[in-house]
Amino acid sequence: MAVQGTQTVNVNWRAMRQESMGQRILRRFLRHRLAVAGAVVIIILALVAILAPYVAGQDPYYQDYSAIRTPPSREHILGTDPLGRDVWARLVYATRVSLSVGLVAVMIYTIIGTILGALAGYYGGAVDTFIMRITDVFMCFPLLIIIITVVALVGASLYNIMAVIGLLAWPSICRLVRGQFLSLREQEFITAARCVGVPGGRLILRHLLPNCVGPITVAATFGMAGAILTEASLSFLGLGVPPPQPSWGQMLTDAQKLTVLSRMPWLWVPPGIMIALTVLCVNFVGDGLRDALDPRMRID
Amino acid sequence: MSKYIIRRLLISIPVLLGITVIVFLLIHFAPGDPVMGMIDPTQGSFSAELIERERARLGLDKPLPVQYVMWLGRVLRGDLGYSLITHKPVAKLIGERIWPTVQLTLSALLLSIVVGVTIGIISAVKQYSWIDYLTTLFSFAAVSVPGFFLALGLIFILALKLQWLPTSGMQTLGQPFSVGDRLKHMIMPVMVLSVTITAPLVRYARSSMLDVLRQDYVNAARAKGLREWVVILRHALPNALIPLVTVVGLRLPALFEGSVIVEQIFHWQGMGSLNIWAVMNQDYTTLMGLNMFTAILVLGANLLTDIAYAIVDPRIKYE
Repeated sequence: MAVQGTQTVNVNWRAMRQESMGQRILRRFLRHRLAVAGAVVIIILALVAILAPYVAGQDPYYQDYSAIRTPPSREHILGTDPLGRDVWARLVYATRVSLSVGLVAVMIYTIIGTILGALAGYYGGAVDTFIMRITDVFMCFPLLIIIITVVALVGASLYNIMAVIGLLAWPSICRLVRGQFLSLREQEFITAARCVGVPGGRLILRHLLPNCVGPITVAATFGMAGAILTEASLSFLGLGVPPPQPSWGQMLTDAQKLTVLSRMPWLWVPPGIMIALTVLCVNFVGDGLRDALDPRMRID
Repeated sequence: MSKYIIRRLLISIPVLLGITVIVFLLIHFAPGDPVMGMIDPTQGSFSAELIERERARLGLDKPLPVQYVMWLGRVLRGDLGYSLITHKPVAKLIGERIWPTVQLTLSALLLSIVVGVTIGIISAVKQYSWIDYLTTLFSFAAVSVPGFFLALGLIFILALKLQWLPTSGMQTLGQPFSVGDRLKHMIMPVMVLSVTITAPLVRYARSSMLDVLRQDYVNAARAKGLREWVVILRHALPNALIPLVTVVGLRLPALFEGSVIVEQIFHWQGMGSLNIWAVMNQDYTTLMGLNMFTAILVLGANLLTDIAYAIVDPRIKYE
């Protein structure tokens, strides 16, 4: 038994030495079956978004007044909406909105949060207190409510929504990066770098930040799921992407009318499922990344 | 202890001021003339002369910082301005909507604590069982399905197809108020509201219980020959619940976010639907009043959470 145990350990060590960090992360990620499934679905959705004109097959803006709210048929596989537009085509084009809002908004707030968190965590003292109090203030406003308010002020459009989510959702990333910096700052490799005279800026960019990439990536992935949900909620409430551009949340707005809800499920069930599926898959990927990137997890 | 509470209170003051600065700036940058939302409409019709007199009285012709201080003074006296649409005082408008929202959010919070903690504890005790696996899947689904889709789905099934529950509203029209009727109208909104906040509670309850079950005193209790359920319920559970105080306290913003959507769909006359109404009618004074009110509630909840945590966990040092 003991001999066998030693052998297994030896094999693992050899395997580890041969693979790079990227390979190890990939191997760990691939072991998370739900995450892999999620990643595959997201890649397919991204392709659908890019190739929307080919996948849709029809014009999502064309209004056919002779076919209003018709149930699914061979001509319109998911039926038509109140303006006689093809629901499948709109569903396909709406992928673009959800994915682009998720990606851009999260990129904006990850950058803001990382910069502020890094400054607070590295410099400490008054800088830290100042940034953290601002973070506290922002965290008191429920995110969706303050986003609704600001969108109401600046007007609803695709770019405004990206910007508003991006400019308001940074506090959680800021806290995360600050916490990472605070604990990393005390470690020996940072003291060593300081002793050989590495300047502050380089210390932050080359020594501290690379060690936070894992947690930031995980938080940004979960953040993308949140941003997609936020955009869908805004559009559902009529504060999102303005018509005629299609978005999943907006396609569900009509279902608040009981006749649509009870008699025309093809209008609201598909977009609802698409939102849930997309967010679920992004969350799965986030979970997989957390397992793959966390260096404290046991190595096997 | 009291020192800790005092220090915690002092930290909240700059945050409170920060909240008011943000709300003030939002009012200032809102389209239209801010003076329109600050004049008491009982003074008669808004003549140009009255508007100018009020502008001077309210200090809106002074520099921005002076305006802020004067506005803050009015806010501290409970004057949040007047609705641009109904011309009622904003504080009164919000006041009328608090109780319905409290009914929904408090019920949802209680429900999700009971359900979340129970599921979390079971899946920790039966780690890696099918229950545990199912719980993880449920948690993922719960945070991924948008609240409005879940709400519409429930209305479709429970109200339209099975006809068990009313589709929306706070009570049956034309009938006097009764508790049973109110509860019937509350079932679906509370369900939707609690789903999203239950998932994090399950996760924390599970990991907290797993931590506790690894402690030596749990083994000691087992070694004494106590029955397993006694070990779990009497020795492990109370300690596993301590970190949950924080999690529950931090759910408040999520509850307010959820109530905006839930109240809108179920036509519940609370703060959430007032919020949407204010947005749709561009009633900026009401909107900003709501923002400030919820932000201050969240700040207060955070404060209480920290203090409660310090009380229930004697291991925390406060100096």
